[in-house]
Amino acid sequence: MDSNTKRNIILNNYQNPQNRKRHDNDKNYIKINSRNISCIDNIDLYIKINNNIITDISFEGEACAITISSTSILTNLVKGKTIDEALNIINNYNNMIEGKEYNQEKLQDAIVYADISKQPSRKTCATLTWNGLYNKLLPLKK
Amino acid sequence: MNREDIPMLKQNIIYFDNGATTLKPQTVIDAEVDYYSNYCANAHRGDYKISQKVDSMYEGVRSKIRKFINAKEDSEIAFTSGTTDGINKIVFGYFQNKLNKYDEVLITESEHASNILPWFILEKKIGIKVKYIKLNNNNEVTIENVKKAITPNTKVISVAHITNVIGDIRPIKEICTLAHKNNILVLVDGAQSLSHIKTDVQRDDIDFLVGSAHKMYGPTGTGFIYAKFGLLDQITPTTYGGGMNAMFLNNGYIELREIPTRLEAGTPNIAGVIGMGAAIDYLENIGIENISSHEHNLKQYLLERLKKIPNIEIYNEKNIGSIVAFNIKDIFSQDLAIYLDKHNICVRAGNHCAKILNNIFNVNNTCRISFGFYNTTKEIDELIKVLNNIDNIWKEIL
Repeated sequence: MDSNTKRNIILNNYQNPQNRKRHDNDKNYIKINSRNISCIDNIDLYIKINNNIITDISFEGEACAITISSTSILTNLVKGKTIDEALNIINNYNNMIEGKEYNQEKLQDAIVYADISKQPSRKTCATLTWNGLYNKLLPLKK
Repeated sequence: MNREDIPMLKQNIIYFDNGATTLKPQTVIDAEVDYYSNYCANAHRGDYKISQKVDSMYEGVRSKIRKFINAKEDSEIAFTSGTTDGINKIVFGYFQNKLNKYDEVLITESEHASNILPWFILEKKIGIKVKYIKLNNNNEVTIENVKKAITPNTKVISVAHITNVIGDIRPIKEICTLAHKNNILVLVDGAQSLSHIKTDVQRDDIDFLVGSAHKMYGPTGTGFIYAKFGLLDQITPTTYGGGMNAMFLNNGYIELREIPTRLEAGTPNIAGVIGMGAAIDYLENIGIENISSHEHNLKQYLLERLKKIPNIEIYNEKNIGSIVAFNIKDIFSQDLAIYLDKHNICVRAGNHCAKILNNIFNVNNTCRISFGFYNTTKEIDELIKVLNNIDNIWKEIL
């Protein structure tokens, strides 16, 4: 993928993010708040799980372009997936971010962040909500 | 001015983050290296010559600080690891023992976390009440609003001399005069002011003052408390150990040493303190008044040009000082800081440890430019040039 296409995918997901919605008063949703160390990024993820499947996921909050866009892509990737499948996708993503081997097909648009492994200061942005979701899903794994 | 004194400036950077920490002159670095290379020994410990030199250099810094802030006595100065340490020592070593349930402490919503959290903890521990002095439309403290906030229960006013996001200068002398008429003690957080404006604890009649060397062109990990002697003498140590005791017996009997030594338990940051002394010499040499007027001119120069950038939002245009907080509409402050970093311009993005300030600004995060004496109009011109090309931001940072 060339750098222009990558940039366009990131910008589209930043300026018109997918699944951006709050579900604060809906008891069917689990809320996951993620903040980075310097507390600039602050994102709430909302997930609805039925029979081990993430039937809905959305987010709202304030953050940089990388965090917002990567969260938008995350929500699209894991919606409709089982908890195991979602954990597997996030593992793959983290491998990519760390510059290790990963399955490109499973990550679809998320491969636009492959180069982040070369920018240590932005790794936190790219993994903030992914890791928040991972930590919440892991204990729910059956 | 004096840019040649700062080794860091030999790198190709524009450093606008002096509110976070300042770059160090060679003389400060040399002072620390000189201690480690030529007279490295502990303080207050040995009977040999180099140890005595350490004592004289270490204690000499107390005198330098006394002169710098115009305190009466060297013994009114205790060394700390920095402003946060200083405030904690005062809050938990003095006020925890002096305040009672329902006593009130006045702070503001633009204080740094280090002047808020210790008071919150004391509120939980002993039931004092933390209250806020209302800020005016320019987010400044006026003496009228201090008057309105004072009640018969007010015992402490704890405010920054200059705040770290808005950069406004508080009327400390007037606050102290008013406070003392009402039997209130005043704690001044000098972290953002000591290297920017003249501080005079006698002129302003300040009760407690705290500062950090690293924001005064000195080393990290060192700072000081000033307190009027009668007050410093009543601070109970919050750390115990070597250096601060006169004697102790196996039955638990302890006699502590005199003030300020009993507030400096353990081997101190000797190199840091000596470096702090060199930083004060350096500042005195340039002259605080010269720094103040240079930084004021820089802020005006920046504001005139920044205002012309499309979609700019400036949050503290009307405040005198050396800090400018701003955003560009629809660009997250961290993205803007990363863009500027691509051009080797260092600014701070975020909430700058003033997490309740968003109640006032209606914005959670800003980009902050905070000047030091070595900044120049040429650097500002470069910043403006880069900001004028902001349309390239996504191409450059994504």
